Amino acid sequence: METNLLSEKRTVVVKIQTDLDHHSASLIRKTVDAKIKGTNAINIIFDFSAVDFMDSSGIGMLMGRYKIANILGGKVIVFGVGKQVKRIIDMAGIDKIINICDSYDAALLLV
Amino acid sequence: MENIMKLEFANKSSNENLARLVAAAFVTPLDPTCEELSEIKTAISEAVTNAIIHGYEDSLGMVRLDGRIYGNIVEFTVSDKGCGIADVAKAMEPLYTGKPDHERSGLGFTIMESFMDKIEVKSTLGIGTVVKMKKVIKNDR
Ligand SMILES: Nc1ncnc2c1ncn2[C@@H]1O[C@H](COP(=O)(O)OP(=O)(O)OP(=O)(O)O)[C@@H](O)[C@H]1O
Ligand SMILES: [Mg+2]
Repeated sequence: METNLLSEKRTVVVKIQTDLDHHSASLIRKTVDAKIKGTNAINIIFDFSAVDFMDSSGIGMLMGRYKIANILGGKVIVFGVGKQVKRIIDMAGIDKIINICDSYDAALLLV
Repeated sequence: MENIMKLEFANKSSNENLARLVAAAFVTPLDPTCEELSEIKTAISEAVTNAIIHGYEDSLGMVRLDGRIYGNIVEFTVSDKGCGIADVAKAMEPLYTGKPDHERSGLGFTIMESFMDKIEVKSTLGIGTVVKMKKVIKNDR
């Protein structure tokens, strides 16, 4: 996982590079929350372009980050979502609270 | 075509990936579509994760994955000897989670039900849980 802070946009960009399951969700959760706590960031952009697999643990992780960003007045945005991941996101209906974008540039326009 | 397999592993979260890979490799001879393969991997991931986090919580235990192929049908059984489920029907309701403070969405069983053709859950408090799932590999490309 790579994280990058865009201070001027108060945004943390997180590139996930593994399957997103319960195992990796705990690590992502810890890393992202530490970044948010230690900086001025209020928005989180997740880069899913290298993620082939996500299960319900990924939904829980995204919903949890949404709660945190929402309290701070920020957003959670994901981009690069593949077919399998999209299906899980649709089943969970979380596209109502999380912004799904086609590209990094489109995601940046939202913060 | 007929085949069977058994895999037993410790309730470590890193083994979730192992179970998905083994299930995917086991079903490969039936030549599933990409979609069928990812449905199976997701359903296995859900059942195995449940065994690890709900079945055993913080105690040590073993999770078992059994696979059977007959004709173009694949059947997987995920078993744990953990705490068991008090009310299976309630546990299987969409959005129900026994751990609302743990960032869980309560979608595991819903995903298993919609990605597999049949699911059967047997559970006894204090004895453990067995989740049996079946899928016909249609392979209609
Ligand atoms: N193997 C198991 N042993 C004990 N309890 C279980 C087991 N599997 C499921 N449960 C119970 O059933 C509930 C529902 O499971 P389900 O997978 O649908 O949702 P979840 O695991 O809580 O959330 P999610 O799967 O979306 O992360 C769990 O919260 C748990 O209380
Ligand atoms: Mg679950």
